[in-house]
Amino acid sequence: MCSYKLSTILATALVAGTALAQRGPDLGVVATSEQIAEWDRSIGPDGTGLPEGSGTAAAGAAIFAAKCAACHGVDGEGTINDRLVGGQGTIGAERPIKTIGSYWPYATTIFDYVRRAMPYLTPHTLTDDEAYALTAHLLHENGIIGLDDVIDAESLANVAMPNRDNFVRRDGVD
Amino acid sequence: MTDDVNPSAANLEFAAGNGLVHRRLFLQGSALLGATGLGLLTARTASTAPPPEVPEWMRAPGAPMSPYGGRSRFEEDVQRIVGPPARGTTGAGSSRTPLERITGMITPNGLHFERHHSGIPDIDPNRHQLLIHGLVDRPLMFSMDALHRYPMVSRIQFLECSGNSRINMNPEPADRSCGGLHGLVSCSEWTGIPLGVLLEEAGVSSDARWLLAEGSDAAAMTRSVPLAKAMDDAMLALYQNGEALRPGQGYPVRLFLPGWEGNISVKWLRRLKLTRAPTMTKDETSKYTDPRPDGVAEMFTFPMGVKSLITSPAGGLTMQGPGLYEISGIAWSGSGRIRRVEVSADGGASWADAALTEPVLSKALTRFRVPWQWDGGPAVLLSRAIDENGAVQPLRNEIIAAKGLHFYYHNNAVQSWQVASNNEVKNVFV
Ligand code: HEC
Repeated sequence: MCSYKLSTILATALVAGTALAQRGPDLGVVATSEQIAEWDRSIGPDGTGLPEGSGTAAAGAAIFAAKCAACHGVDGEGTINDRLVGGQGTIGAERPIKTIGSYWPYATTIFDYVRRAMPYLTPHTLTDDEAYALTAHLLHENGIIGLDDVIDAESLANVAMPNRDNFVRRDGVD
Repeated sequence: MTDDVNPSAANLEFAAGNGLVHRRLFLQGSALLGATGLGLLTARTASTAPPPEVPEWMRAPGAPMSPYGGRSRFEEDVQRIVGPPARGTTGAGSSRTPLERITGMITPNGLHFERHHSGIPDIDPNRHQLLIHGLVDRPLMFSMDALHRYPMVSRIQFLECSGNSRINMNPEPADRSCGGLHGLVSCSEWTGIPLGVLLEEAGVSSDARWLLAEGSDAAAMTRSVPLAKAMDDAMLALYQNGEALRPGQGYPVRLFLPGWEGNISVKWLRRLKLTRAPTMTKDETSKYTDPRPDGVAEMFTFPMGVKSLITSPAGGLTMQGPGLYEISGIAWSGSGRIRRVEVSADGGASWADAALTEPVLSKALTRFRVPWQWDGGPAVLLSRAIDENGAVQPLRNEIIAAKGLHFYYHNNAVQSWQVASNNEVKNVFV
């Protein structure tokens, strides 16, 4: 199913003189849904890809203290590494303080990034419940959700991030 | 050479103020050149003693052949400028190309800049695979052996980190070398597979507009790429300057998106997922976006702006007294070819055209050169590039007027070097 839209893009690329006239030897092996499920850990802004499980800020605080505070500060205020909390209202100012609360447009990015890359020295060690709890903790510390609000696949995509509307896209894609 | 062929400044055809000579002087290989003793800039102290008539390296056979060549031991001090990593880490940071110590348009592989978010992975190519999935007819897994059988293309193109030159937005000019200020740009011949060939085999569905690219490093770096770019000139690069990618450049396979901010050319590529919308990863929301003074932040600002730099004379080099010099530098644009580079020796009061060294390629570094008769007095050297679309490189105060002082990425402002009578060359703001 090489659709109309794609053929248009292809045609444009060909006109632009790129190498798509080349054909490949078709050596890819069809991936199984189990393989894809194992590899595909990215989360879309609409919540696509969020796994089962849940967590609250109450549960996340202890995990943060144990696994994150050494680099990001006890309250996420940023010590040796990025500040994660506060800075609301500074974005247009002389010294913008970009944090989850002041800057990040999507809450799903917290879960995606923490689960793929943190803790920095031991990535891929958090359970999904821990990642949910840490996400809830960081949202709570930034005053976005309550201490006992449950964060899961349902609720995370619906969290309204305060700075969401202050981004303008320059990619030109519809 | 005798005294009577020694030219005085009066013989030179000047093209702009404070000693800029018409670029024709070097192009014609004029006999004047040998006579004037072209000043060579050095970063080390050269011995002025004449060598013995038969030096020791002629009195015995030299070293044998070697399986992989290295540099002259006299060049070992040409090194990347390695910045400190983020605290608590070893591998989150960057190293910069020493631009003032190299020339031409190609960056040697060992001096290509690096920017890593969690170190350089030690990937076994026999265990590395690339998955293409999401909005496709057939999700496909490719081994490295399979990828190496695909038809390839080679292109000479630059790569620039969008945080390059950030330091020149500080209120005061940092006293750094050219590479220390601007060394997050390099240029290589990249060889690999046009990405569209693989996407076609997977069969992209009609509602796909983006792909998510994911790296196999400990940061599992992810960026969203518009499908149109993927089908246009995107490449899965396997080779750099004729040899397999270095680990620091994404071995065994990286995405390469010509002209676009470096971070999106995801290294150590393991996965491409076709999606309807961008994934909004950490490095396209929290980072690599720029808040404006009105509080609104720009995101997905992909192409690198038109830019140039004089790399000699430049910070990190020392003049050798008055005389004829070659001003040399690099120019590039993320949107095409360089059309013209102008150089000023009087802080922007007057400009002369530089000669562009062939080949002048789209989205590649272009070397420019112009002769300069330095009278030994104070001078401020600037270069300004114009690309084939007519985009003009902005002055520093122009970019500040447009974007404010606190943007972080995409600084393509004109660089100024102050040349002082004591032979020092320093970063200044004009
Ligand atoms: C050893 C130090 C260290 C530890 C421990 C650590 N981090 Fe980080 N964190 C970092 C570094 C370094 C970065 C920046 C990485 C980069 O350059 O991309 C970072 C980035 C982040 C970011 C993105 C910040 C931004 O503004 O873009 C978040 C969110 C984060 N960490 C959350 C966590 C959480 C949650 C934990 C605990 C599970 C944790 N970190 C543990 C070092 C650490």
